Amino acid sequence: MPKDGGIGASTLRREDIRFLTGKGRYTADINLRGQAFACFLRSEVAHGRIRSIDTSAAEEMPGVLAVMTGEDFTEVGGNPTGWLVQSRDGATMKEPKRPVLAHGKVRHVGDAYALVVAETYEQAKDACEAIEADIEELPAIVDMAAAVADTTNRVHDECDDNVVFDWGWIEENRAAVDAAFETAPHVTTLELVNNRLSPNAMEPRASIGDFDSGTGDYKLYTTSQNPHLTRLLISAFVMGIPENKLTVIAPDVGGGFGSKIYHYGEEAAVLAASKRLDRPVKWVCDRSEAFLSDAHGRDHVTKIQLATDMEGNFLAVRTETLANMGAYLSNFATCTPTFLHGTLMAGPYKTPHVYVNVKAVMTNTVPVDAYRGAGRPEATYSLERVIDKAADELGIDPWEIRRKNFIDPDQFPYTTPVGLVYDTGNYHATMDKLRELSDVAGFEARATESAAKGKLRGFGLSTWIEACGIAPSNLVGVLGCRVGLYDAATIRVNATGNISVLVGAHSHGQGHETVFAQLIAEKLGVDAKSVEIVHGDTSKIPFGMGTYGSRSLAVCGSAMMKAADKIIDKGKKIAAHMLEAAEGDIEFNDGSFSVAGTDRQKSFAEIAFSAYVPHNYPLETLEPGLEETAFYDPANFTYPAGAYGCEVEVDPETGGVDIVRFTCADDFGNVINPMIVAGQVHGGVAQGIGQALLEGVVYNEDGQLLTGSYMDYAMPRADDVPNFTVDHSCVTPCTHNPLGAKGCGEAGAIGTPPAVVNAVIDALHRAGHRHITHIDMPLTPSRVWTAMHG
Amino acid sequence: MHDFELVKPASVAEAVAALGAEGAQALSGGQTLLPSMKQRLAAPERLVSLGDIAEMKGVCLGDRGLAVGGATPHAVVAREAKAHYPALAWLAGEIGDPSVRARGTIGGSLANNDPAACYPAAALGSGATIVTDRREIAADAFFQGLFTTALEEGEIITSVHFPIPEKAAYMKFAQPASRFALVGVFVAKFADGVRVAITGAGEDGVFRWTEAEAALGADFRPEAVEGLALSAGGMLGDMHGAPAYRANLVKVLTRRAVAAA
Ligand SMILES: Cc1cc2nc3c(=O)[nH]c(=O)nc-3n(C[C@H](O)[C@H](O)[C@H](O)COP(=O)(O)OP(=O)(O)OC[C@H]3O[C@@H](n4cnc5c(N)ncnc54)[C@H](O)[C@@H]3O)c2cc1C
Repeated sequence: MPKDGGIGASTLRREDIRFLTGKGRYTADINLRGQAFACFLRSEVAHGRIRSIDTSAAEEMPGVLAVMTGEDFTEVGGNPTGWLVQSRDGATMKEPKRPVLAHGKVRHVGDAYALVVAETYEQAKDACEAIEADIEELPAIVDMAAAVADTTNRVHDECDDNVVFDWGWIEENRAAVDAAFETAPHVTTLELVNNRLSPNAMEPRASIGDFDSGTGDYKLYTTSQNPHLTRLLISAFVMGIPENKLTVIAPDVGGGFGSKIYHYGEEAAVLAASKRLDRPVKWVCDRSEAFLSDAHGRDHVTKIQLATDMEGNFLAVRTETLANMGAYLSNFATCTPTFLHGTLMAGPYKTPHVYVNVKAVMTNTVPVDAYRGAGRPEATYSLERVIDKAADELGIDPWEIRRKNFIDPDQFPYTTPVGLVYDTGNYHATMDKLRELSDVAGFEARATESAAKGKLRGFGLSTWIEACGIAPSNLVGVLGCRVGLYDAATIRVNATGNISVLVGAHSHGQGHETVFAQLIAEKLGVDAKSVEIVHGDTSKIPFGMGTYGSRSLAVCGSAMMKAADKIIDKGKKIAAHMLEAAEGDIEFNDGSFSVAGTDRQKSFAEIAFSAYVPHNYPLETLEPGLEETAFYDPANFTYPAGAYGCEVEVDPETGGVDIVRFTCADDFGNVINPMIVAGQVHGGVAQGIGQALLEGVVYNEDGQLLTGSYMDYAMPRADDVPNFTVDHSCVTPCTHNPLGAKGCGEAGAIGTPPAVVNAVIDALHRAGHRHITHIDMPLTPSRVWTAMHG
Repeated sequence: MHDFELVKPASVAEAVAALGAEGAQALSGGQTLLPSMKQRLAAPERLVSLGDIAEMKGVCLGDRGLAVGGATPHAVVAREAKAHYPALAWLAGEIGDPSVRARGTIGGSLANNDPAACYPAAALGSGATIVTDRREIAADAFFQGLFTTALEEGEIITSVHFPIPEKAAYMKFAQPASRFALVGVFVAKFADGVRVAITGAGEDGVFRWTEAEAALGADFRPEAVEGLALSAGGMLGDMHGAPAYRANLVKVLTRRAVAAA
């Protein structure tokens, strides 16, 4: 039995009390004295040359305080890309400039090219409509293949072929992979699209810039997953504000899914406007703007090939991908289709030869960046789809073909041909668990029941693995990352024994305030209620790289463990003095420092008190106080993995797909709060179902966004998803972090799409539609019906 | 949203007078009008709210069938029409979500005549009469194309009279994002014939599928429409479904509606 509030307990989320009673404090809830409101004017054309912008009428409008355009930001730097990727030929990628406000050209519908600040939001909006812009419309570059083919029409002049890089992973292995294909007894080829998604966090972005002319300090309240990174980007690249003069506060944030990792131009713009006006300037994005300006996700067009022998042993995998970057390079756009995608293309399999080629393409669309799973869903989808196709071609059971190719439990640590070293795992165990929970034996009976209702039942299987806990800084540095990817935590034990933990990871739905308190409670043997988790404010937190890539527990949690070890070490010194024993004889157990083999002990609270009221204290050798900071840089990625099973019913008359069973067997390493882990999986699976069946950003050929609202962009709703069976009882603890934890935040979004699509294809095959080998996501009723009848 | 004046008349006569002003527009549940104002696609200077007009609210059975007040919310129809006209009540109960049904009204829906809306199928499929402040309009003459009706400037739908069929059913296949009707089919069997009204599918909005009406008039069984060929010509096509797909849905849903009626 886990201790109440400690590791392994399904403690209820303490943050939910404020979220569910309307007491959350989001950026839009913050109102500063004297604040003015900003509104951005956004391009209505996908591609155009700005001939002139006449702001004079707008400036005369009631309440208008300032009108700014790209001209006002020519002095400040651009928003950089966080990762420089090298092309196959060794050339460094192109890095087209991303200004705060569009300058010279507008490059996508929604590209902001002017800003109005007024006394009220409505006045700012009215004035935006009075700005006269003369924009010469240019042909829109929407389709990636066309962007690559026609290099006379360019999104950026600096990127002369619309291709940012042409990446080969691992280029030196290419010849060997090609050779393996030449001699392979069987090759399965699949061309597929990983659909573009709009993140749709429940809280739209919002930012308040607050410049204090008295001190010269800037404050930015913003919807961010990583306030320190935003501060770093604004300081070092965009505006040159010294870091010690800029505070970034990300208060309660209502979901991010990746889209709030990045620094956006609106943040710099409200800071600049606040300085100009000497007043706080607030901007709150509306939902329509969010569709046009939040970084989108996915958008790959891929050809994948799998070479096997006739028994289904994998011999080689080869992929060619066009990855859409959109109109500008968002901060991590370049690493998502490369180091978060290509490096996962071995999956949980011992395929000896793997080669991945990715071309990153600029188009006149909203920038694309990491979105829940980031690259790993794309890799998993390609691989798990082609495996099902190969199994079908070879007449091998989908379970069997996977099983025979799994890396076996005794092969760890396992070096993949795409550059990762999996430290531990047991893929057979999770698949066995899935098989047990899926009631495979009962499938035929369920299929018969479905048939009686006129429905086609199918089962789809998928396995997944991801590299999370991003990442060893030295490794990512070699690969072109411009930042370190450690995290940090400070444990501040107060004089009365309660504890503030200041953490670099940011919580925007994950429940860190609960889980991190459980960790500290367990480690220091204190009541979880006496532990407070502080995050999201650069003026309070030592440093941090934020929350994404399922890294918070594995990386920031590990930093907390390191800091807690330092607290215990110091506590032992204090206890040794107080108990008049040798430091080496002091043991720390369950909140109490004791002399080994005796009943002499001091409680954690007594030690804390003594540290701050050091009357009986080794002052000659030890500083008072009990506060420790640790930075943790992981030695490797963590490799959670699992197996998912999906059962669908297809209505052959309408093409409608109903998911009737969904089962997940995951290995997340050690689990701190099973309830929260289950919740993360539920959310991820719902998002994966969204991608598989419902969601998809659609542009027309002029670059107009056709899915610009919920009227046309289908988000999954409660009745679109079944009851899930989730299991995480298969545990192979991570070998290199102190918690043995691996990360669970993205799993559902990674493992789900191929399971769903495999299930639909299976249903169609069972019904005799054997010619259907693939349907691109989202598998809407009309697409499924058209595949069957079209 | 631009500024506007809000008027809250207590009677139809007052409402008609208030609507006489330049730039005035009727506001009922606001489920269509307010979002378009927020997006600045509509900017009426004066909104005349119909929500306080008692004579425009409620459901009652009379000698001309079921009368539904023009400002009656969908939720009320779903509840109160159930005993008299279950297919109509069911249709109302499937519109939008609870908050949309609590606010949105039949008058607003018919006046708006969205090609994917549900009520137009019920009105046309039932052969309803739309009663306004100044006249009565047969459903067959009311719907005149996408977002276009026979209503004149400032004319208010005060009630709708639904003849009650022997049997009826509405089948809705929801567009995955909006959950309006990708295709909706309303089938009603009266003593003197069958009416089949299709929403969501037609390029010109709601329409009657007369071939199906004839076939079902002769033989009211799902199989009766089996042999009918419905052309994709004249069907709407968009990212949610090509014309051929919609044509298929019309047939499938008609069969299902007949089976359910
Ligand atoms: C999220 C959502 C989901 C929805 N789903 C569906 C659905 O599944 N199926 C469906 O059919 N509809 C759906 N709707 C639309 C809904 O039914 C609305 O109620 C309807 O479209 C408009 O009715 P209203 O009373 O809100 O009209 P309003 O928005 O107030 O007005 C709409 C228009 O009609 C005019 N008008 C209003 N009342 C009258 C009157 N009595 N006489 C003359 N003119 C009048 C107004 O001037 C305006 O031009 C949905 C709406 C939303 C927001």
